[in-house]
Amino acid sequence: MQFPGRRKKLIGSSQNDLYDHCLQFYGQPPLENISLTEFETFAVERLKLLKTVENLGVSCVKNSEQYTKKLDAEISSLNFPQKAELSEQKVQGGISEYEKRRKDHISHFILRLAYCQTEDLRRWFIQQEMDLFRYRFNDLHSKHKTDFLHKNNLKYETVSAEEKKSLQDKLIASSYGLSGTKVEEHDVYKVPFQDALDLVRTRKVYLLAGNAYIPHHEIVTIVLNDFRTRLSKALAMTARSLPAVQSDERLQPLLSHLSHAYVGQDYSIQKNIGKISLEQIDALSGKSFPLCMRHLHKALRENHHLRHGGRMQYGLFLKGIGLSLEQALQFWRSEFVKGKVDADKFDKAYAYSVRHMFGKEGKRTDYTPYSCMKVILSNPPSQGDYHGCPFRHSDPELLKQKLQNYKVSPSGTNQILELVKGMHYQLACQKYFELTHNVEDAGFSLNHPNQYFTESQKLLSGGRDIKKEVDMSQRSQENPASVTRPSQANSKQAHEEMGDLDSFFQDE
Amino acid sequence: TAGAPSSAWACLPDLLPLYYRRLFPFSQYYRWLSYGGVSKNYFQNREFSFTLKDDIYVRYQSFTTQNELEKEMQKMVPYKIDIGAVYSHRPSQHNAVKSGTFQALEKELVFDIDMTDYDDVRRCCSAADICSKCWTLMTIAIRILDRALREDFGFHHLLWVYSGRRGVHCWVCDDAARKLSVAARSAVAEYLSLIKGGEETVRKVVLSDPIHPFINHSLSVVERYFCQYAIVEQDILGSKESVDKVLALLPEDILSFPVVLSQYQYFTSRYQYQSNFTILSEIMLQYCYPRLDVNVSKGVNHLLKSPFSIHPKTGRISVPIDLKELNTFDPFEVPTISLICEELERPRADEAEDDDVKDKENEQEAGERRRIRDYKRTSLAKYVKVFDRFLEAMARSRKGEMLQKSDLQKDF
Repeated sequence: MQFPGRRKKLIGSSQNDLYDHCLQFYGQPPLENISLTEFETFAVERLKLLKTVENLGVSCVKNSEQYTKKLDAEISSLNFPQKAELSEQKVQGGISEYEKRRKDHISHFILRLAYCQTEDLRRWFIQQEMDLFRYRFNDLHSKHKTDFLHKNNLKYETVSAEEKKSLQDKLIASSYGLSGTKVEEHDVYKVPFQDALDLVRTRKVYLLAGNAYIPHHEIVTIVLNDFRTRLSKALAMTARSLPAVQSDERLQPLLSHLSHAYVGQDYSIQKNIGKISLEQIDALSGKSFPLCMRHLHKALRENHHLRHGGRMQYGLFLKGIGLSLEQALQFWRSEFVKGKVDADKFDKAYAYSVRHMFGKEGKRTDYTPYSCMKVILSNPPSQGDYHGCPFRHSDPELLKQKLQNYKVSPSGTNQILELVKGMHYQLACQKYFELTHNVEDAGFSLNHPNQYFTESQKLLSGGRDIKKEVDMSQRSQENPASVTRPSQANSKQAHEEMGDLDSFFQDE
Repeated sequence: TAGAPSSAWACLPDLLPLYYRRLFPFSQYYRWLSYGGVSKNYFQNREFSFTLKDDIYVRYQSFTTQNELEKEMQKMVPYKIDIGAVYSHRPSQHNAVKSGTFQALEKELVFDIDMTDYDDVRRCCSAADICSKCWTLMTIAIRILDRALREDFGFHHLLWVYSGRRGVHCWVCDDAARKLSVAARSAVAEYLSLIKGGEETVRKVVLSDPIHPFINHSLSVVERYFCQYAIVEQDILGSKESVDKVLALLPEDILSFPVVLSQYQYFTSRYQYQSNFTILSEIMLQYCYPRLDVNVSKGVNHLLKSPFSIHPKTGRISVPIDLKELNTFDPFEVPTISLICEELERPRADEAEDDDVKDKENEQEAGERRRIRDYKRTSLAKYVKVFDRFLEAMARSRKGEMLQKSDLQKDF
C-alpha cells in the first residue's frame, strides 16, 4: 500500500500518540525498521548515559544539585528527551524532541537484548534504568505526573478526608516534606506495603495495618516499584527469545560487545593461579591490599575468625589474586584452628563454604570477587563484622586513627577524610593508594579491590611508566576476548566495525 | 532450675529417642505446617534439615504424611531440627528435578534475636551466656517487634519461641507473610532496624527530626524498662569504664553538664533538658533496642531452628513463649529434655485409663492419645497449650476468610 500523501498524514497522527509523553514505561517495543548505524549509535549512547547514571549514583547524593546538574548535562549532550512538551520548536540544526523520544524508546529496547542474559547484567541494567526513570519522573510537573499515571492506567487507592485528618500528625512525622496543608489539599494514597518497599526499607512512610500511606509527591516510589517489576519480567522474557536474535550475524557481535565492554573486568577468570604463596600474604596485605582487605586480613589474624560477610568478601578477593582452592583451604583452616574451631569442625562447617566460593559445591556458580560498588552498597556491616568499605562504613574518627597507624601523613589523611565527607569513597581509596605507594597519580580509576591489587603489584615491580600506556594495554587486553567470540565468515567485517566502536568506549 | 547442661548432653542419645517417641507434639506440629490443607502439597514440599549424632548434617528432608515424619524422626533421632522453605517439588527428590526449576516458593517470615549481638552493651555476660539481668533485652525486643509486626505491618499470627540458649525467634505465619519476596522480607527487616554499624562504629543510633511514629512507639517501650535495666541491672554508670562508653556517645558540648556526674539523676532529669531528648533517646536505643540479623529474615530458603526441637548444648526445649506472661518468662525455668523424661517416668495416681476406649481406637489414634496423656504429665504441657491456642487462632482466621470468600461468590 503506497499512498505517499495519505501515508504522511497517518504517520503524523500516530507520531503524536506514540510519543506524546516524554516519559514512558517501555511497554510496547518499537515496530519500525531502523538502519544498523542507528541501531549501534542509539545503543552506545544510551549505554553512555546509563554509565553516567551509575557513576553519579556512587559519587554524588542522588537528586542533589550536583547530581541533577551533571545528569542534565549528559542527557542534553547525548540527545535524550528533556522537554515536557512535544511542540517545543526544533533547535536550529538540532534534533527534535520527538526524535529524542523515539531514540529513548528504541535504545532502551536494544539494550534489553544486550543485558537480559545473566542475573548480574539484568540487575545492573534494571538499577540504572530505575535511577534514570526516577530522575526524569521527579523532574516532571505535578500535572504531567498525574498525566503519566492516567496514561499508564496506574490507579492507586486514595485515602478519605476523615482518615487523612485523623492520621495527619503521624503522616507529617513519617514523610519528608509533608505539611498540614499539603495533607489537606493533595491526595494521599494507600497501597499494600509490598508495593512500596523502597519507602518501607528506609522508613520514609507511615505504615498502618499493612498499608503504606503515600503522599502525592512521593508517588514516584510506587511507580518505580511497578517499573522494576515490569522490566524484570520483560527481561526474563527477552532472555528466552534471545537465541533467535543472536543468530543474526549483524547484531551478535555488537550485543556481545555491549554487555562486556562497559561493565568492566570482573576478575572472575583466575589468572596467575598459584603464583602467590601463603607466606607472602601478610606482607602483601600491607603493601598491595586495599584498605578493606587489609582490615579484614588483620581481623582474621587477630581473632582467628571472620563472619560470613567477611569470609565472602575476603575469600573471593584472595581467589581473585590467584589463590588456588587448596591454598585457600589451607589458609582458612590454619587460621581458624588457632581459634575456637578444631580441624574437624572446620572441615565439616567451613570447608564447604570455601569450596562453594570456588564453584565446587551446590549451584557450582563460580562466584566473582566483589567490586567496589558491591562492597559499598550491599550488606552493610553490623556488630561483630569487619567487612564493607572502611571509607564508607567506618566512623571518620576511627578511620583517621587507622590511617595514622598505617603511617599515612596527616595532610594525606585530611585529604582522604575530605573525600569521604563528599561521599567519594572510591576516590578516597585511590588517594590511599597514592599515599601508600608514593605516587602523584594512581593512574587508574578504581572500581574493584582486585584492580587495586593488580595495579599495586604492577607499580611495585616497576612494570609501567606512564598512565596512557597502561590504559591502552588494558583496553586491548579486554577487547580481543569479546571480539574473537563470533567465529563466522564475516568476522573480518565485524572486526572492522569493532574498530569504530572502540572509539565510543574511551573513558574521559 | 532443671538439669545441668553437661549432663543433658551426655544423656541425649538415650533421651532423644524417648522424646520423639512419647513427647514431641507431632499432631500439633503437622497441623501447623499443613496450614489447613488449603495449598496442595504444602507439607510435602517443605524442607527440613537434621543434624545427627557426630555433627552429620542432612538437608532436603521431606515427608508425605505425619506418620512418615514421626517414623523418620524416631529412626534418625536428630540432635537439631531446622525448618526451611516450601519448595516447588518435594525436597527429598530435588536431584531428580530439572536444574533451575526446583525453587523455594514460600516460607514464614522469621526473626532471630541473639544475645551475642548485644555484647557491646551488656556487662553481665558475653557470648553464649545469659542471665536474668540481660534477659530484659529479649523482653524489650519481643514487645517492640510484636507491636510493629501487628500494628504497622498488619500481621496476626506470630509465634514467639525461646531458642533454647541465648535468644528468641519469631515465626510470622500469616498467608501474606509466607508469600513475601526476598526484597519484601529485607525491607521489613530494615524498617525494624535502628542499630547500624559494626566494630568500627561508636554511635550506632542516629535519629533525625521529625521522629517516625514507629520509633516513638519503640522508645516508649524502651523508656519503660531503661532505668531498671541499664541503670540498676547493668549498672552502666557504675564504673569509669562504662561511664566513658556512655560519654563516647554524646556530642562534645554536652560533656560540660555537671549533672552527668550525678548518676541516676541525669537520666530522670531529662525533662529539664528537652533539647537533649534526641541524644538521650539515641543512647537508650543503643543500649536496649532489638538487634536483628537481617540475613536470617531475608532469605526465603533460610533454615531456622524448629520449635520443640532440643538445644543440644543446654538440653532445653525450644518452647513457644506466651506473650501474656512475658514479664514473668524465665529462660532458666524452661524444661530440659532430662527433666521431662524424668517426669514421664514418675508413677501417676490416676493411671487407670478407660481401657474400653483403647480398644476402639486404631493404632495411630492410640499412639496419639498416649502421647497427649504423656506430655500432659510433664512441664511441657503448658507450652503445648500456648501452641494449641496459636493454632486455633489461625484456624478461626482461615474459616473466617473462607466464609468471606464464599459470601463474595454467593455460595450457599
